[in-house]
Amino acid sequence: MKLPQPPLPRSLQRRPAPPGDGTGPNGDQSPPTLKDQAVEVPVSVIGWLDERSGASPFLRGFLYRKVPKGTNWFYTLGSASMFAFLSQAVTGVFLAMYYEPDPSRAYESASRITNEIFLGELVRGMHRWGSTVMILLVFLHLGRTFFFGAYKYPRELNWIIGVILLVLTLLMGFTGYLLPFDQRSFWATVVGVNLNSSGPIVGPYLADFLRGGPEFGAYTLSRFYALHMLLIPGLIAALIGAHLYLVAKLGTTAPPWLKAEKSKALAKEQV
Amino acid sequence: MAEPRKNPRQRKSRYTADRGIAGAWEGETVTRRRLFEGGAQAVGGVAVAAFGLPALGFALGPMFEEQLPDTYQDVGPEKDFNAETYVPKVITLVPEAGEAGKATIYVRKTDPARDEKNADQPYVAISTRCAHLGCPVRYVTASQRFICPCHGGVYGFQGEVTGGPPVRPLDRFYTKVERGRVLVGPRFSLNSKLERFPHPRDPSNHLDGLWQYLYPARPST
Repeated sequence: MKLPQPPLPRSLQRRPAPPGDGTGPNGDQSPPTLKDQAVEVPVSVIGWLDERSGASPFLRGFLYRKVPKGTNWFYTLGSASMFAFLSQAVTGVFLAMYYEPDPSRAYESASRITNEIFLGELVRGMHRWGSTVMILLVFLHLGRTFFFGAYKYPRELNWIIGVILLVLTLLMGFTGYLLPFDQRSFWATVVGVNLNSSGPIVGPYLADFLRGGPEFGAYTLSRFYALHMLLIPGLIAALIGAHLYLVAKLGTTAPPWLKAEKSKALAKEQV
Repeated sequence: MAEPRKNPRQRKSRYTADRGIAGAWEGETVTRRRLFEGGAQAVGGVAVAAFGLPALGFALGPMFEEQLPDTYQDVGPEKDFNAETYVPKVITLVPEAGEAGKATIYVRKTDPARDEKNADQPYVAISTRCAHLGCPVRYVTASQRFICPCHGGVYGFQGEVTGGPPVRPLDRFYTKVERGRVLVGPRFSLNSKLERFPHPRDPSNHLDGLWQYLYPARPST
């Protein structure tokens, strides 16, 4: 911080430094060293992007927004669900590189991922256990929102989006369960599709849509695969975007055990 | 003197010329801006429909076309079967689906004394698809029962429900005999009186009384 000059006679005031440190050919500053230039590069790249995208005001508002007093670890369950989804997306994309959604090859390709491919067991295990973790986290997040009353005005729309996300997450579990194509996943899917069929009037049509026909057929597996890795994750990603937008716009709620503080002026008035 | 109050219900003129809009034509009622707005949105809607409707039809198509071929397949010579017990045979339901497209069926000769209904079929070919939720039942010869491993459905010798959650008897397949060989054809469903429904229904679909109208025959069967 620059302080104002004290009122001293000119002769006692400190002289400003001459321009440059006098080492350059014309008494200018020396050219910046390579290290200084290297340090400048990331700064100027970020500056270039920021100037053209206007990202920093948005990010400042989004990442440094105020949160209410009493915010605690339960408020991290939403982010945890999102990171579980990201983990599923990344491991799923790489599993898709080795998996073959063909009724006669699916089981073999899945067992090859587990038994032969480098780190295949780890990545498949992450995807398989991550799915369980994601469903757990989504339900815990739902419970937090419910018990903290965070679904009330003006956040009802976010609750509705969240319920759709819950259904989509469960659909991910249902469609992904078939893909290993062993006896368990096959018969579990047969039972699950027939459960859909038990709904009056629309049920049988829904089952036909899921199977791609009246019997578990040649394209049932690839239908489930396409739903599992393209349609539902796309919808989930889009709805997570809307969900986050509303969280940033509306802010989070204080926990219910904290009473709203009266303003000082109001408190004084009431005394 | 106060101005006379304007009638608030009096609407503005529908002619753009009367509303003082620059460049208005004689008799013009819709401004060009509104016309082009609507036009651009209509063009966008047509563009979305042009790719959306075919894609939707592509995804939903299998619901509306008949898929299972009306063909018969050989399950063995007539001497393989008798009227007293069931013989398991494997048939192919969906040829393109590999092992997942095959299914076991149980076949016996029709016994005129026992089979009053569906006596036109020379053989009784019972599907192993449980009428509860589609798990594979197995026939236990000692008790003359079909038993489902998933939720405890039990069926009698005719495939009729004798216990557990199934909503109707086990499905059957049409049969015929050609040159001494037994042929098995398309599937059909039965209600609890063993009356035939030529369009097979999914497991879990009731077929008795009014229920049959809640689970209609679908175009795909």
